[in-house]
Amino acid sequence: MRLLHPKNVEDIALGAAVLGTGGGGDPYIGKLMGISAIQEFGPVTLLSLDEIDDDALIVPTAMMGAPTVMLEKLPKGDEIIKAFYALESYLGQKITATMSAEAGGLNSVTPLTVAARLRIPMVDCDGMGRAFPELQMVTATMYGISSTPFAIGDEKGNSAILNTINNRWTETFSRSITVDMGCAAMIACYATTGKELKEWAVPDTMTLVEDIGRTIREARQAKADVVETVRESVGGFEVFKGKIVDVRRRTEKGFAKGEAVMEGVDEYASQTLELDFQNENLAAKVDGEIVVSVPDLITVLDTETGEPITTETLRYGFRVTVLGIPCNEKWRTPEGLELVGPRYFGYDIDWVPVEERYGN
Amino acid sequence: MRIGVDVGGTNTDAALMDGERVVGWHKTPTTPEVTAGITTAMRTVLEESKVPAQQIRAVMIGTTHFTNAVVERKRLMQTAAVRLGLPATECLPPMVDWPPDLRDTIGNHKYLVHGGHEFDGREISPLDEDEVREVAKDIKSKGIRAVAISAVFSPVNSSFEERAAEIIQDEIPDVSVSLSHEIGRIGILERENAAIVNACLGDLASAIVDSFRKALKDMKIDAPFYLSQNDGTLMGADFAEKYPVLTFASGPTNSMRGAAFLSGAQDAMVVDLGGTTSDVGMLLRGFPREASVAVEISGVRTNFRMPDVYSFGLGGGSLISDDPLKIGPESVGYELTTKGLVFGGSVLTTTDLAVAGGLVDIGDASAVKHLDSTFVGQALDEMQSMVEVAVDRMKTSAEPVPLILVGGGTILVSRQVKGTSEMIKPDHFSVANAIGAAIAQVGGETDRVFALEELGRDEALAQARQEATDKAVAAGAREETVTIVDVEEVPLAYLPSNAVRIRVKAVGDLALLGDG
Repeated sequence: MRLLHPKNVEDIALGAAVLGTGGGGDPYIGKLMGISAIQEFGPVTLLSLDEIDDDALIVPTAMMGAPTVMLEKLPKGDEIIKAFYALESYLGQKITATMSAEAGGLNSVTPLTVAARLRIPMVDCDGMGRAFPELQMVTATMYGISSTPFAIGDEKGNSAILNTINNRWTETFSRSITVDMGCAAMIACYATTGKELKEWAVPDTMTLVEDIGRTIREARQAKADVVETVRESVGGFEVFKGKIVDVRRRTEKGFAKGEAVMEGVDEYASQTLELDFQNENLAAKVDGEIVVSVPDLITVLDTETGEPITTETLRYGFRVTVLGIPCNEKWRTPEGLELVGPRYFGYDIDWVPVEERYGN
Repeated sequence: MRIGVDVGGTNTDAALMDGERVVGWHKTPTTPEVTAGITTAMRTVLEESKVPAQQIRAVMIGTTHFTNAVVERKRLMQTAAVRLGLPATECLPPMVDWPPDLRDTIGNHKYLVHGGHEFDGREISPLDEDEVREVAKDIKSKGIRAVAISAVFSPVNSSFEERAAEIIQDEIPDVSVSLSHEIGRIGILERENAAIVNACLGDLASAIVDSFRKALKDMKIDAPFYLSQNDGTLMGADFAEKYPVLTFASGPTNSMRGAAFLSGAQDAMVVDLGGTTSDVGMLLRGFPREASVAVEISGVRTNFRMPDVYSFGLGGGSLISDDPLKIGPESVGYELTTKGLVFGGSVLTTTDLAVAGGLVDIGDASAVKHLDSTFVGQALDEMQSMVEVAVDRMKTSAEPVPLILVGGGTILVSRQVKGTSEMIKPDHFSVANAIGAAIAQVGGETDRVFALEELGRDEALAQARQEATDKAVAAGAREETVTIVDVEEVPLAYLPSNAVRIRVKAVGDLALLGDG
């Protein structure tokens, strides 16, 4: 058990961008919300998984919608509280703790506001160990955990509870409701017992993103090689170093898709890397061959500053280093790969673990 | 004839222009009290060119008064921030992410009321006029005369901001109101921040406008004056009193506009080499490309149209250390002409290397004869490489583009820069900024979200173009000269309804000057 103060939140938000793999939304607003909630209601207790009772009831919380809208229509702050209470009365049980569904990007810090306001602890884990674009893409789905009863709330006080036959239907319905709510809503879902959570959660990810954030901050202060320190702190591999020479974008079914082409420098000179993205980075191809793909993480960092670069800001001329980071082992099972493997995203290839190509 | 003046960190430059011809120019050190340097530069250029003041038809000034005031936290007004958005946005009130000292300087007066729109134009909640009136009374009772008004999605629908302004002006007759949709873009905190910064500069803006008016009168110049905006267009004195924040970063913009004018190139990279740092920017159809991410002003995040400029630590006064070879970012700055080796000083600078390498003949070349030629060669290569990396960083494609070099440090670059099609060092390169200020164009811009499912892309673009054109004409452009210089479409991610943010910028010649 430990307490999260504003300083911890700064580091978490910084590190979360690395696990955001180019997407997951800008944590800036979530960070400000977390910090001001902690300033008003006191620090948030972070519990590790083994500190959770088996019969505890944990409900992950998150923001859903368009990141651009969230930068404009800021939350009221208690949207999720009402949804939370609605869920409690539906379940007939008090909720013990909340957690992050997605440690990459904005939703790493969203649950902090909930935890601070309700004075409940947050669990040191998440459901992805990274960012993914759709709601059913959490490890809980593989373990048969239902996303419903699913609560969604807006700033006006509206809330809805969904019951669906599977988690993909929840994704479909909640996406429509989110649009009606003005494209920014708070959600609470995947209610789970402590016993179940210990099976499906990706453990210790809040501490991981905080460590990454602190590493970046300290490396910057010490004027050290930020990219290399990030790589070490995530146990990743350097896949490529080069310069972005072309970025192509298009919008399909509400997703920002595209490719970025990079030309190699130093030991990668004469190589070309093509990065495919759909909100998040999906696959990296070197000279036409896929070398890293989902569910492993592909993170693009500014070679000079170590700043994680989102898919929205990819631009010609950036000097970047591409890291491949092994995903959590739960994604590496047949069930995991069915949910978020390369074939789900339209690549007709078998997934090859990043460390098999780049280990040693 | 007209005079352009640009205030830089080191020098204040003035250029006297007759149509497209540069009649004369003058450089003078920037003074702590900025207006003094401006008048010195103007007086001198008139005297040296022997042009009577009566022939001046317009004066254009790019000044740092307002940026300095924010950085120094001086002469800022007590300001009320009124946001229309409840029940949304409550958890993050105005100025939540400001440096505390700046927030305290302007009083931290903040009000949240109902109103605001959704991304698609629906109301979040209706505007409660009584609520706004109560807020206005409270503001009045505190003696506050500067108000910034923001509303959620006001770039989509500005009616609530405008109505709230009417109510507040009705209650407080001498109030000055800044509306966020007139200044910034989508991203409420950043847009609101820009509006608040603008509001707190109100009194200073009036004072500066008065002091310029008086200075011109003292010089017997009977002509209107304009201030340079950071998008490369001008604003008149009345407008400047209302929107002082739009002068921020007009310096780099003026240099780039001047470079375009002097070289005749419309789409090109510009490197402005100064004494301590250099700026690189990209000209698109004669105007600087604008930054698309949040830009911090003295610790405050804003998102209004700042030029997209990359600065790096190379200038004519940059210090050189060997073993390992390192250039800058430390610099002797304006003391180059006393501290550099070729000027009889004892510090090795980039300018000394340029002399040693035979790129330029200034000062006493014998003072750098002792330098090892291999070392000089390596250092010049490194300087060249710094420029090349910076230029490449700012390019948008691999296609070679023309490169225009301006500023006093231009002497440092002699070889063709990689990735460029040609390298232009125009005449008068050292005062490109003042010449940029003297270019008489005004503009209009629109930036909002369109739902393409209802409107269709062509119709949405046509609407946006018309809005921008109308704004340019309203700002004083001659209608027949207005052209669209920039169109940007950004699809909003995670949104199935095909919403697109469209930004259009239109520019035309200042009507007042006629064909001259």
